[in-house]
Amino acid sequence: MNAITAEGLVKTFGSGEKAVKAVGGVDLVVPEGTVVGLLGPNGAGKTTTVRMLTTLLAPDAGRAVVAGHDVVREPQAVRSKIGLSGQYAAVDENLTGRENLWLFGRLYQLSSKEASKRAAELLEQFNLTDAADRTLKTYSGGMRRRLDLAGSLIVRPQVLFLDEPTTGLDPSSRLDLWDVIRERVAEGSTILLTTQYLEEADALADDIVVIDHGVIIAQGTADQLKAQIGGERIEVIVHDPEALGKAEQVLNLGSGGQCLRDDHTRKLTVPTHTGSKGLIQVIRDLDEAGVGIDDIALRRPTLDDVFVKLTGRHAEDETQAETAQGRAS
Amino acid sequence: MTTDVAPTAAAPSRVGLNQAFADAMTITWRNIRAGWRVPDNQIYMFIQPIMFVLLFAYVFGGAINVPGVDYVDFLMAGIFVQTMAFACAPASVGLADDMQKGLIDRFRSLPMARSAVIAGRVIADLVNQLIVLVIMIVCGFIVGWTFHNGFGQFLAAVGLLMLFAFAMLWVGALIGLSVGSPQVAASAGLIWLFPVVFMSNVFVDPSSMPSVVQAIAEWNPVSAIASGARELFGNQSLVQSEAWPMQHPVAAALLWCLLIIAVFAPLAVRKYKKASSK
Repeated sequence: MNAITAEGLVKTFGSGEKAVKAVGGVDLVVPEGTVVGLLGPNGAGKTTTVRMLTTLLAPDAGRAVVAGHDVVREPQAVRSKIGLSGQYAAVDENLTGRENLWLFGRLYQLSSKEASKRAAELLEQFNLTDAADRTLKTYSGGMRRRLDLAGSLIVRPQVLFLDEPTTGLDPSSRLDLWDVIRERVAEGSTILLTTQYLEEADALADDIVVIDHGVIIAQGTADQLKAQIGGERIEVIVHDPEALGKAEQVLNLGSGGQCLRDDHTRKLTVPTHTGSKGLIQVIRDLDEAGVGIDDIALRRPTLDDVFVKLTGRHAEDETQAETAQGRAS
Repeated sequence: MTTDVAPTAAAPSRVGLNQAFADAMTITWRNIRAGWRVPDNQIYMFIQPIMFVLLFAYVFGGAINVPGVDYVDFLMAGIFVQTMAFACAPASVGLADDMQKGLIDRFRSLPMARSAVIAGRVIADLVNQLIVLVIMIVCGFIVGWTFHNGFGQFLAAVGLLMLFAFAMLWVGALIGLSVGSPQVAASAGLIWLFPVVFMSNVFVDPSSMPSVVQAIAEWNPVSAIASGARELFGNQSLVQSEAWPMQHPVAAALLWCLLIIAVFAPLAVRKYKKASSK
């Protein structure tokens, strides 16, 4: 069973010459119980796609079925089965944490009593009990995001949409939030997560959909995407620049002449198919040859490498250039 | 971690009247509760009305000399009307704030009545305006103002003032949904109110104004509301004008309110639907 099926979603903003095709025909399938990461730079069409799937925006073309209901024809049924947590933490900063959750509970049509009970449970689950009766003005950015996320889990949603859940958070808050999201994953939630952080998609998602300029440019597991640009490699930083030539000889011998040399950083890179065994072998060979090393690592290609391969640009390059139209995305 | 026994929400295909009402009440609760915690609103609701009554009664009261009239008796309904006109401020700032912070998106993703966001805003602001009006009336009694036509007409005057506030809330809602940020809503969105309120018979007799301004003042809805309230309160109203609204102030006041509502309520609702589906 698929929790989300989208076919040919199109959304254009503006008209005439100024028209911007934010989403240009997106097909998306999210099977129940999986986490799909929608990865792309700012302005790629991630948020617009999520807004269409969560009934906030009517698509110009195409159709989407979420939790068994058509988003255009049965929006109210879709809304009762989804949770949405956005990049702009949409909570009322003049209400307390408890009041915010009670409010959302009531609007999910729970009784006042049920809403209070649910609010207390979620506050405990998200480690916010101590701050429950303070207004959100006193919350840190990470606490607000946690509360925002709690607000999207009032009724156990069949599908959870997380639109850039960690954008703007400091690294430790981000890791905290990842833990919270992983708990949902462990419970079997179906999640569509958008992110511009490659490592975030890698860390949380089963499947990754890479989107750029409103079109999907790649799709697969993190490993599949990485496999598209080749396998693992070993990187060695040689201590003594004088020994670079000797080390290169050693590595060429072991790899059949595939060693790459960078004099400036004293770095040698060699592909491997045997993982950590290959790494140990390289260390032994270099040790026997008497070459001292500063650093050695087995490196797997990152999703950033994938992005460069697919688009010819770094994912982060566009972030600044397109921030101006960020909200429109 | 607690065991997670999340309730499931009902999945109504259409929102019934009962739910629309319940949702509007929930949003009303939120607006009043959250609103009262904002210092700006506390000042607006509790300090400003008292300040205006005292300032005008004791500072201008002696300086503005309207012959043959007890100024406080004349003035007080004018201050009430001025304050009700500024009812559009909290509505516009509140809605602009919700738009900017993404709360309206959150609400729209919930299985709730769409109408509740605006309805809850308007009801909450009406409740707040009623509190403000009661505070001002009590202050008025303290500085020596009173009504002369009996309690029934007094209540009618209060009703008229609240109807005017209700009308102005829709103007404020339209502004708030149009401007994009609460800062703009609070400044540019309100600046037009000053000439509208001052070019009227709220504080002075329009016959002292240049003829063009006087004509504007006589046909200004604010003047009609002030004169209507004065007539119902039994306060002096200085009518020396032949203009129809000044001859029939209560009828004119009601017509103006209904006209404002008829124009601005549909515009605000349309703007809400449009702005929230971007």
